[in-house]
Amino acid sequence: METKEDQELYFYLKLTREFEDRVSKLHRQGKILGGVYSGKGQEAIVVGVCYGLHREDFISPIHRDMGAFLIKGVDPKILMAQLFGKKTGLSKGKDSFLHAGDLERGVFGATSMLASTLPVATGAALKFKMKKEHHVAIAFFGEGASSRGDFHEALNFAGIHKLPVIYVCENNFYAYSTPQNLQMAVEDVAIRAEGYGLKGAVCSGNDLHAVMRTAHAAIDRARKGEGPTLIECKTYRYHGHSEHDQPFYRPQEELIEWESRDPIQRFEIYLEKKGYNVDQMKEETERRVKEITDEAVRFAEESPWPDGKEALEDLYANPF
Amino acid sequence: MATTYIKAIHDAMFEEMKRDEDVFILGEDVGILGGAFKATEGFLQEFGPERVIDTPISETLIVGAAIGAAVVGMRPIAEIQFADFISCGYDQIINMAATLRYRHGGRAQVPMVIRGPSGAGVHGGLFHSQNPESYFLPIPGLKIVAPATAYDAKGLLKASIRDNDPVLFFEHKYLYRRIQEELPNEDYIVPLGKAAVRREGSDMTFITYSAMLYPSLTAAERLEKEDGLRVEVIDLRSLRPLDWEAIFRSVRKTNKVVIIHEDRRTGGVGGEIAARISEECFDALDGPITRVTSEDTHYAFSPPLEEFILPNVDKILAKARTLAAY
Repeated sequence: METKEDQELYFYLKLTREFEDRVSKLHRQGKILGGVYSGKGQEAIVVGVCYGLHREDFISPIHRDMGAFLIKGVDPKILMAQLFGKKTGLSKGKDSFLHAGDLERGVFGATSMLASTLPVATGAALKFKMKKEHHVAIAFFGEGASSRGDFHEALNFAGIHKLPVIYVCENNFYAYSTPQNLQMAVEDVAIRAEGYGLKGAVCSGNDLHAVMRTAHAAIDRARKGEGPTLIECKTYRYHGHSEHDQPFYRPQEELIEWESRDPIQRFEIYLEKKGYNVDQMKEETERRVKEITDEAVRFAEESPWPDGKEALEDLYANPF
Repeated sequence: MATTYIKAIHDAMFEEMKRDEDVFILGEDVGILGGAFKATEGFLQEFGPERVIDTPISETLIVGAAIGAAVVGMRPIAEIQFADFISCGYDQIINMAATLRYRHGGRAQVPMVIRGPSGAGVHGGLFHSQNPESYFLPIPGLKIVAPATAYDAKGLLKASIRDNDPVLFFEHKYLYRRIQEELPNEDYIVPLGKAAVRREGSDMTFITYSAMLYPSLTAAERLEKEDGLRVEVIDLRSLRPLDWEAIFRSVRKTNKVVIIHEDRRTGGVGGEIAARISEECFDALDGPITRVTSEDTHYAFSPPLEEFILPNVDKILAKARTLAAY
């Protein structure tokens, strides 16, 4: 049976991939400067976790989570302008890539100090609990970030107060070049949940349905006041840490194995088994996401640069 | 009844929490204990554990969670038990909070206060005596406040809680129970970024803040009595924004400046003030801009060491007399 949900999920998976592929290309062409990071291969995690979230739900995506911005309703044009450093971007050119958010849509902009958003999302969840609002906060992070103290302090506090927060670890096995075995002595980041009194869960981050089942159970629990969850999604990034990075440190065979578990192709198999005309759906969706991305690029290219002196703006509510 | 400096801080928070349900406090030992210095005594009983949160020993979490709550509409007060420990939350302050409005293109804000006891003179040793303001002075996006009187402590803290930007509020623990004054019964604030002229004068300007106001005033009185010098004393009250207008106005009047602060000499705000005065008022100066500060060392514990390190009336007098001779 065809459902709106299947169609929307497929659309966001494809939009994320098209958008990110285009960003990589624009970076190679020298049109997008600075650090550019691709989440290609990991799309099912942000799409699966964020699908169905409310506008007020607070998410703190990291640099690889373009799809989280898109599915939370950030305008692709504004997002592309952000990456270009244009005045029309989320940060008006103040910082590159995904260091900006859209709080109107509950999207918080990260810093480069990975894991530092975990205490912040925990604070948003504290407010939701304090004000008896049934919203949730979701913090995304990589396995490497779990080595930082911010991770410990955040999870410890969330456990004590049973806060409506979900920590989503996107374990892609490499923090830049450093493999997981040099990052921690355990196989699953999620087992650390127990030490904080959190519920822990591991799932395949390349299986959209597994992500959705795991995440939505955690979100339901959080909304009901039953406390926080640490979810670990095992996945793999196809590109290097950043687009500057040639990931010689990973075996080619490993990449091929993971590419053969591609989350979007996997979802297409599901759609096919379910009786969709996948060829037609793919063609239509690809045309649509290409149009959206083309329009976003056009908007970003045509947008004005900020004036140099705007570097002094937006520091304070009332300038002095 | 006269109100002490610490009671003024207590009352500011108490009244703001009564006035605005979005104000809450989190920190180490702020609830059951009522704070290491009793700044939040009785708060747990009055406001309950949801608004008076005893946190684990987790400065990063204290600051980070305050940021998260502020971003979604609350007005948290994060207590750092001793201002020295603020370094444990440094990244959250300078990278997360300070850049937040900026990196969100002005469309997000962090209305929060991080407050705690700073300063030496009570034999606190290396980790209970620091003046951390200079760790934060160059960081845009932050405001920094350091009150010297009970009246200001209350009014500035209220203004800080109502402010829409992150404010670092450095109280001086030496002053907590050593000074007191009658405070108005009615609600009042002291605006951030405005200095106070504590003593009028025409021969020399002392620029100071926080606990150093008192030795500065004593020295100014002695200079009048013993040397016939009329010294103007400016209490900065806020270090960011800094009231440059008040500084330049006084320098143009007196032509001689001594900057007095308990923070160390190297990298202390005095260096920046001296540079700006030199840039803006060079033609008004009749002598070198002079500083009296703590020595460039750690805040040592043993009384003779601490006494050697900190500024005092005699040190101010000596420097002021040298300057007066120009």
